Amino acid sequence: MMHKLTKAPLALNGLGRCFITEKHVSAVKIIRRELVVAQHESDSGKNEVYDVIISGGGMVGSAMACSLGMDPNLTGKKILLLEAGNKKVMDKVPNAYSTRVSSISPGSATLLSGIGAWEHITQMRCKPYKKMQVWDACSDALITFDKENLQDEMAYIVENDIVVAALTKQLDSLSDNVQVKYRSKVVKYTWPMPHQAADSIPWVQVTLANGETLQTKLLIGADGPNSMVRQKLGIPTVKWNYDQSAVVAVLHLSEPTENNVAWQRFLPTGPIAMLPLSDTESSLVWSTSHRLAEELLELDEESFVDAINSAFWNNENQSELIETAGSMFRGALSAIMPSAGSPRQLPPSVAGIGPKTRVMFPLGMGHASEYIRHRVALIGDAAHRVHPLAGQGANLGFGDVACLTQLLSQAAFNGKDLGAIQHLLEYETERQRHNLPMMAAIDLMKRLYSTNAAPVVLLRTFGLQATNMLPALKEQIMAFASK
Amino acid sequence: MYTNKFGRHMLGLCSRKPAAVCGVVRRAAGRSGFSWTAVCQQRTLWLQRSGFLEKEKRAVIRQTGSRSASQTTVDPSELKRFQSLASKWWDEQGEFAALHAMNDLRVPFIRDNLLNVHRARHPGKPLAGLRILDVGCGGGLLTEPLGRLGAKVLGIDPVENSIGTAQLHSSYDPDLREQVSYQVCTLEDLSGEEEGGKEEQGAAQFDAVVASEVVEHLADLETFAFCCSSVLKPGGSLFITTINKTNLSYALGIIVAEQILRIVPSGTHDWEKFISPEELERLLESNGFSVQSVQGMLYNSLSGAWSWTNSTAINYALHAVKLEDSAEDSSSHPEDHTAASHS
Repeated sequence: MMHKLTKAPLALNGLGRCFITEKHVSAVKIIRRELVVAQHESDSGKNEVYDVIISGGGMVGSAMACSLGMDPNLTGKKILLLEAGNKKVMDKVPNAYSTRVSSISPGSATLLSGIGAWEHITQMRCKPYKKMQVWDACSDALITFDKENLQDEMAYIVENDIVVAALTKQLDSLSDNVQVKYRSKVVKYTWPMPHQAADSIPWVQVTLANGETLQTKLLIGADGPNSMVRQKLGIPTVKWNYDQSAVVAVLHLSEPTENNVAWQRFLPTGPIAMLPLSDTESSLVWSTSHRLAEELLELDEESFVDAINSAFWNNENQSELIETAGSMFRGALSAIMPSAGSPRQLPPSVAGIGPKTRVMFPLGMGHASEYIRHRVALIGDAAHRVHPLAGQGANLGFGDVACLTQLLSQAAFNGKDLGAIQHLLEYETERQRHNLPMMAAIDLMKRLYSTNAAPVVLLRTFGLQATNMLPALKEQIMAFASK
Repeated sequence: MYTNKFGRHMLGLCSRKPAAVCGVVRRAAGRSGFSWTAVCQQRTLWLQRSGFLEKEKRAVIRQTGSRSASQTTVDPSELKRFQSLASKWWDEQGEFAALHAMNDLRVPFIRDNLLNVHRARHPGKPLAGLRILDVGCGGGLLTEPLGRLGAKVLGIDPVENSIGTAQLHSSYDPDLREQVSYQVCTLEDLSGEEEGGKEEQGAAQFDAVVASEVVEHLADLETFAFCCSSVLKPGGSLFITTINKTNLSYALGIIVAEQILRIVPSGTHDWEKFISPEELERLLESNGFSVQSVQGMLYNSLSGAWSWTNSTAINYALHAVKLEDSAEDSSSHPEDHTAASHS
């Protein structure tokens, strides 16, 4: 009995006719079906179907590609990463630090280490820090986070360029499993019908600027906060622009110091953060109103440095009322918990800034109401965009990568179609459950600290002091942020 | 039917205490060896003779192109029911949603039990190198995942429309095209061919046969079990998922599932055709199989998900292994003593 499927096109032909005689369809449809069969024959040789295409080769997209490429259950699957920009190779780490940095949590470090990129990062450049001090400008409330006895690192500050370069290096070594196309801009996506119609291609089609069309069983959108994948799918997104921009720069410290503390002070205009890069340099992330941000960019170097120092050290925002109330709270709380609380430290002073490192970019919040559709999943900033005040943006993205990889791996081991909706729904549920509370907390913090109205200040002062005195609560917060 | 009476007579001769089976049951291989050899040989001869008669009949029927061939295990009314459902196979939220969801249990069940015997050599394709037969494959719901895991799967079903749907669905995926193939026929056709063409097609033997949600639609289970045995390599695995014949399965499986919740299209199942795991086990062991495990399955209609359970009162999955011919003789001696003490 002949059942070799090299005869599939013929079988389809026969099948088509069988359907037609039953349904008395017009001649046009007959011709169309035969044309489809003809196209199918020519396509089957030319257009291979990828198992996964990842659109966007930033930190999160590249990490996704590495992660899938290294999974044993996905061996033999065809994976493709599309990146519109050039390949970012870093043979030698440049002496100057780059402006955009991320705080990598231990959870993200574990993921990166699992995919073999963390090794490259530590060989290139990264700065672990052990403590974080967050304090108010309107009162002297403060909170510090650190691990027990300052032994373990809390998190790591890594330049974004280094993360991407490390992932690129790792992808080079995975070239059997993962293909990467650089300078490939996507111009069009064609979405498949959810239920397979007899004469339509059931895969997602991706059309590149050079005219090539690729087909895939699963498309992963990792194309950033203005994701084309998300827009083309028409996924409703909750988003608003904060009335803030972030000014970033590389700071030269006045004198070398151990520099293993991350500092963040909440000014009424927005938080200013200093993140350690080395013993002599730190990274500045100053979120403030658009007007102030523009002014800051225009200042000469000396004035800019003065502004930074003053923002960290100056106490002019504190009124007497708040000061009294603050010390009263502290007294009351220390009566209840005498051993808790921490002395306030001051961040190192800044002497200069790295040349040409002053940049500003607008801040906003965004959350896609759906992370998935039929044969599509969104990860990273394409799904969620947050304020940098908590240093969580990249970590949420890496969390998406870990979760989706694990679900795809399991699906492959169960012989499932990778684009099937069931495990994609699980991904969406799990990540939304984690991301939404985090995003809500960050947004709340931003709003809470955006004012210097006395009642709000008193509230947050008390809240911050109380939290600072409860090690159990602090540990919970750190655990949540480290995932 | 004559076959059934004959079979039961044979079973009656060598009666065994039906062990209380509830939950996972592990049987040592070769337990039912000794007295069955003679019985099997006799039956083989008898069925071969009737099989040849069937074959001639079938050959005539096939020439005329009728689809109602080989009625020995297939009920004609069942055929009609499935024809109307053929195009709805691949709608994951449609009529066959429960079957789609069942893949979460049955694919791992098949995969893990096969991996116990055949160590996986290819990461990413754990079942590479194995040949599997999917009996009653329908639209290919179980055939495709097994193909994706690397096995070469042949799906057979007497309903032509289902096979058509299955072929069309798998034709789009270039990875599946080489792995899965389909044929409109019944198990007897296939095993009949195998016997006839065994000399040329020595490779027409399977490492595993899967009959998922099939035996509750069959008219003659003896022949079914016999044919499974004939297409399997010695040591090959047989995987069956089906429904138990209990009051609970009538209440939940038919009244609730078909009429109230409509999880299953009305009229799909006939309670009379359900079979208990004990009876199925007896049947299989009388056909040269050794049942390795039986596991209950439970469907949660709220979540739409299946889960393993200790009770086999409604749905259950069964894994049996075809005894090696050489093993039968060597293991028969210790069994002599145990059987003697029973009877």
